[in-house]
Amino acid sequence: MNFMVQTLGTAGATMVVGLIGVMALVAVNALFLIWMERKVSAHMQLRPGPMEVGWHGAIQTIADAIKLMGKELITPEEVDRPIFWLAPIVIFLPVLLSFLVIPFSASWIIRDMNVGIVLILAFSTLAVLSILMAGWSSNNKYAVLGAIRSVAQNVAYEIPLLITVMSIILMVGSFKLTDIVAAQERLWFVLLQPVAFILYIICATAETNRAPFDIPEAESELVAGFHTEYSGMRFALFFLAEYTNMFICSAIAAVLFLGGWHGPILPGVVWFLIKVYFVIFLMMWFRWTFPRTRFDQLITFAWKILIPLAFANLLITALVLKLR
Amino acid sequence: MFERGLEEKTFWLNLGPQHPSTHGVLRVLLEMDGEYIVTAEPVIGYGHRGHEHMAENRNYQQFLPNMGRVDYLHALAFNQGYCMAVEKLMGIKVPERAEYIRVITAEMNRLTSHFLWVGAYLMDLGAFTPFLYCFDDREHLLDLLDRITGSRLTYCFYRFGGVPVDLDEEFIAGTRAFIKRLRSRWPDYDNLVTKNIIFIKRTKDVGVITKEQCVQYGLTGPMVRGSGIAYDIRKSEPYSAYPEFDFEIPIGDNGDVYDRYIVRIREMEQSLRIMEQALNKLPEGPIMAEKVPKRLKPAAGEVYQAVETARGEFGCYIVSQGDIKPYRIKLRVPSFANLSILPEASVDNLVADVVAILGSIDVVVPEVDR
Amino acid sequence: MIDYFKEVLGGFYSLLAGMAVTIRYFVKPIVTVQYPRQKIEMSPRYRGYPQLIIDPETHVHRCIACDMCARICPSQLITVEGTKFPGEKQKRATKYIHEHQYCSLCGLCTEVCPTDALEYSKEYRLAGFRREDAVIDHLVLLQQRQYAVGLPVTPIPTEAEIAAAMAEEAAAKEAKAKAAEKAKAKEAPAEEVKK
Repeated sequence: MNFMVQTLGTAGATMVVGLIGVMALVAVNALFLIWMERKVSAHMQLRPGPMEVGWHGAIQTIADAIKLMGKELITPEEVDRPIFWLAPIVIFLPVLLSFLVIPFSASWIIRDMNVGIVLILAFSTLAVLSILMAGWSSNNKYAVLGAIRSVAQNVAYEIPLLITVMSIILMVGSFKLTDIVAAQERLWFVLLQPVAFILYIICATAETNRAPFDIPEAESELVAGFHTEYSGMRFALFFLAEYTNMFICSAIAAVLFLGGWHGPILPGVVWFLIKVYFVIFLMMWFRWTFPRTRFDQLITFAWKILIPLAFANLLITALVLKLR
Repeated sequence: MFERGLEEKTFWLNLGPQHPSTHGVLRVLLEMDGEYIVTAEPVIGYGHRGHEHMAENRNYQQFLPNMGRVDYLHALAFNQGYCMAVEKLMGIKVPERAEYIRVITAEMNRLTSHFLWVGAYLMDLGAFTPFLYCFDDREHLLDLLDRITGSRLTYCFYRFGGVPVDLDEEFIAGTRAFIKRLRSRWPDYDNLVTKNIIFIKRTKDVGVITKEQCVQYGLTGPMVRGSGIAYDIRKSEPYSAYPEFDFEIPIGDNGDVYDRYIVRIREMEQSLRIMEQALNKLPEGPIMAEKVPKRLKPAAGEVYQAVETARGEFGCYIVSQGDIKPYRIKLRVPSFANLSILPEASVDNLVADVVAILGSIDVVVPEVDR
Repeated sequence: MIDYFKEVLGGFYSLLAGMAVTIRYFVKPIVTVQYPRQKIEMSPRYRGYPQLIIDPETHVHRCIACDMCARICPSQLITVEGTKFPGEKQKRATKYIHEHQYCSLCGLCTEVCPTDALEYSKEYRLAGFRREDAVIDHLVLLQQRQYAVGLPVTPIPTEAEIAAAMAEEAAAKEAKAKAAEKAKAKEAPAEEVKK
């Protein structure tokens, strides 16, 4: 530790330790979330879910991961090899970078940038690029359709997402995530901005490509959408990215609306994780309840309902702030 | 929102034969313009087993197990249709109790078929959980049917002249309990599915089939009832013990996918009513006609008998030349006629809609291919 | 405008109603069983493969090798052979092979049997590694079942025994035929006398 501080400086050392921590968190989080998803869906469907490997199937996902690692990586003929190879890696880039600025507690933050929220929003938009790459390079019509849908969907949810986040930023007056959390010490923004919270959750569900907005990978229509041709660990990377992305989106929800690390008795990190997993549970709850929307309906929904509501919310927020 | 482009460039997409939402080995060849369908052509025959030809090489009894495998989801109606056709040919009178048992079990089987449809259809639309709720209910029905018929899927239960096994007390009690249980579960299905805004948006005004089209294509069953024509063999050409029960034929008004869903859900309630009445009025008596020869050798002649399966009119046409084997058996299956509307109904719709329309037709691919 | 808000709020409410259903089921007890650890008893009329009934009185099977089941079987998968053994009134099965891989469990064989010798087993674990695993020799199966419940095992007649029995049968038949001929020869003159 001392050696690292000496050579890299304090900021650099935090960076390295943080990155190692983030990698560990990504892996553990995905393993836990997949298990949680299975358990939540199973109990909603009156079945027990995985029970055999470990306590209540706790290490089932590890067994699955080992199985996926052991599988052959099939590269179909006539795919665009470099892009095909790159896409699962590229999808990880924005996801990992977003961890840089997430405040797990008052001190547990890798880099407290003053444009934190903007950075995250910018990176999260990049995810669609890798989906497009995967779909385009696969040389598969289903994959192309999935990629096209993904881009169309991106247009639909990004704008209301930004406007919704804007209303929170207006209230705090800072892009810095720690400032936003600090402003919620007494009152969580979910109570002041319930509409914004609902809009954010809807947009976040669309952002993570999860049901009811899982149209890029709509199983019953496009087989597996953009990752139809991926197998083995490449498929697992997409899977991992989806769950990590869920964590990021929920973390932002916790930061923006649920008061981040604030909470009684328990330490800040624990409170933060509880809130994050609560939001993730909400998303899982959606997924196992609703049918899938059609992609033109999602766009209609976004433009006719989400954007006007987001704008109205922003206007009212601005008015109240001005009048106060 | 998205207008169909004017470009001439279209591409072909194979939906199936291995695809999550074709439920079997149906292949739909789609010519697409972006996500819009220009033409859709079902390609059938992957599951052809030649049931009709098999009939020509077997005697009448030996063809019985085949009937459970044409439409494996509503096998008992097919059993019934074939048995009734042969009984008509032979002039066998089925005892009343046997008719009642047939009605109860066939309606039960209709419920299992509809449950599977509701579940699988919602899975096509992307909702996974209702599928397992439906299977939970269906499992209770299968347990009951298992008690009587001995099998859970490909039934071979009815015999010429009646049924081989009588109902027992536990079955009757279990059926009554199930009717009560299912009625208490309707609100859950309503809240989870029928009233759900996403479901309504996905299904309303999608795949509209007009009354004229129904008649032109010879559609039957929930397809035609969804379009507002109250055509049900159980009412229009009553058979078995159906005239003795009081039930309604639910009809839709638009002929869209939503109506077909509603019709099926309401039909399930009517099936419950029929089962309830049949259990209440269950007559005593024999379950097998007295004089049924072991070797069936009907006189030369031909006969047609139609029954209402979960998918529509199933007709069994038998030509006999006075031999122990039928000269020809023609099976008029509902799914085949119903599937023929797919190209017309799905043009100018999105891929997601084609899945919804195909699902709403409720094809059983082995039945189409026979 | 009012319609718009009505639709939005109504739609939102319908989604909440759906979520209420799933969360209610979330806390309900599960309905499935963990199969290899928990098992469900099969219903009394469950149709496994047909098997020979062990007669409660004689503790052996009742098959008289009449071939009815083999003839009615839609897939012609039953092979029955039987021989009449000396000192017995009826034929007895010496071989009963059921090729279960072709069986459609229609139940025609059990119903057609004149001596009600067949019943359905409750066995549902039918997976095997080879096609031959599905071929059931009913007489061997009967022996296993008899052994399992502690009954005396019915021996399967060997080839030699069958041949001996058949020879004896043939001899008896011949003797009978001869006797009949003799009787006929005796009767014939009497008839002639009558005329």
